[in-house]
Amino acid sequence: MRVTFTVNGREEVVDGVWEGESLLYVLRERVGLPGSKNACEQGECGSCTVYLDGSPVCACLVAAGQAEGRRVRTIEGLAAGDRLDPVQEAFAACGAVQCGFCTPGLIVQAHDLLERVPEPSDAEIREALAGNLCRCTGYEKILDAVRLAAARKAEERRSG
Amino acid sequence: MDFLRPATWQEALSARADRPGAAPVQGGTDVMVEINFDVRRPEALLDLTRVPELGRWEIVDGVYRIGANVTYARVITELGGALPGLAQAARTVGSPQIRNRGTVGGNLGAASPAGDSHPPLLAAGAVVEAESRDGGVRLIPAEEFYLGVKRSALRPDELIRAIRVRPAPGPQYFSKVGTRNAMVIAVCSFAIALDPAARRAGTGIGSAAPTPRRALEAEEFLAAELDWDAPLPPALARRFGELCARAADPIDDVRGTAAYRRHAVAVLARRTLGWAWDDHLGRRAA
Repeated sequence: MRVTFTVNGREEVVDGVWEGESLLYVLRERVGLPGSKNACEQGECGSCTVYLDGSPVCACLVAAGQAEGRRVRTIEGLAAGDRLDPVQEAFAACGAVQCGFCTPGLIVQAHDLLERVPEPSDAEIREALAGNLCRCTGYEKILDAVRLAAARKAEERRSG
Repeated sequence: MDFLRPATWQEALSARADRPGAAPVQGGTDVMVEINFDVRRPEALLDLTRVPELGRWEIVDGVYRIGANVTYARVITELGGALPGLAQAARTVGSPQIRNRGTVGGNLGAASPAGDSHPPLLAAGAVVEAESRDGGVRLIPAEEFYLGVKRSALRPDELIRAIRVRPAPGPQYFSKVGTRNAMVIAVCSFAIALDPAARRAGTGIGSAAPTPRRALEAEEFLAAELDWDAPLPPALARRFGELCARAADPIDDVRGTAAYRRHAVAVLARRTLGWAWDDHLGRRAA
């Protein structure tokens, strides 16, 4: 079947999609956006987190046909041209990236948190990231990164 | 495989009637796992996410009517005041990403004994509104909805339109045992709903029997023994827990043993009754 949807602001028309296919498969294998990672395929790990109509979801659990006419934003769509999003910069700066496999999902999920809650408490950060597994970092550097990103975004807002 | 995409409720009911082999899908948090792992290959997916009324909730004659595609995230943010037991259960579902997609309607459709929505729906006396093209609307009380492991009273040509539930007439609590606070399928769970005006308490046991179920003997015990104007006697709370454990019929599996589940149901029942009772007396004093 054909699926037409918007990815990172661009309309994509994808043909030959199998009806049982996930949005994640379409993004990675048919649209050429491999940033969202395929790990558990059951919503346990969060590494495929993307925005669907503005809400972060596991792309592995969205049927491709359900994305018809919808807006998707992936990790590839967070940077403004050459300029990384503050969440991406903070992950790099804090050493929150080791093997990197969980990173795209964590960054999308942290990005959504800071859009909704600009100055989150540690408990709010932990709750927001509870569905994203990382087997390298022990999470402490990830928490540092989210705190740093929140501080940098607050600074940006103040300097207007 | 076909992908059916009805735009209206009538189209959805027709598709359901004409294609009984099609699997209804909303958030996909159960159905897509089965497809990804090739444990289920339905002849078609019946995508219900485009039917507008399924994504809305309304109040009809004082009763909440929650469309089958209202997500857990929205139950928490929009319905937490009126339906605190259901909202507490919704908060324990999966992760934020799962709660953004998963629905109470889908939880009912899957009818897993471990589904988190079931105990609070049972405790609150919720009613499932099912509908079919040829049979019209059928109202199924939650306690008659669950028939077996992943089997419900829903007929092959029916879809869940909504869940009907009264706004909480008193304190409600939900509690769940799991290995951590996120991404946990219940080892067992329990919900209580007090109705001080009727001097009754509703109960719901999850993941400790082939189906979610009420603890009827425990409810009758409270109705007979509770003094609604007095502090909760510890012995009475303990007895209530024992009767709830007796209503359970758990199994040994990878998440826990039957003996542990029975013990934990008693503890959860006693604790949730205590929390609800503190609220009840607090409200009377206020």
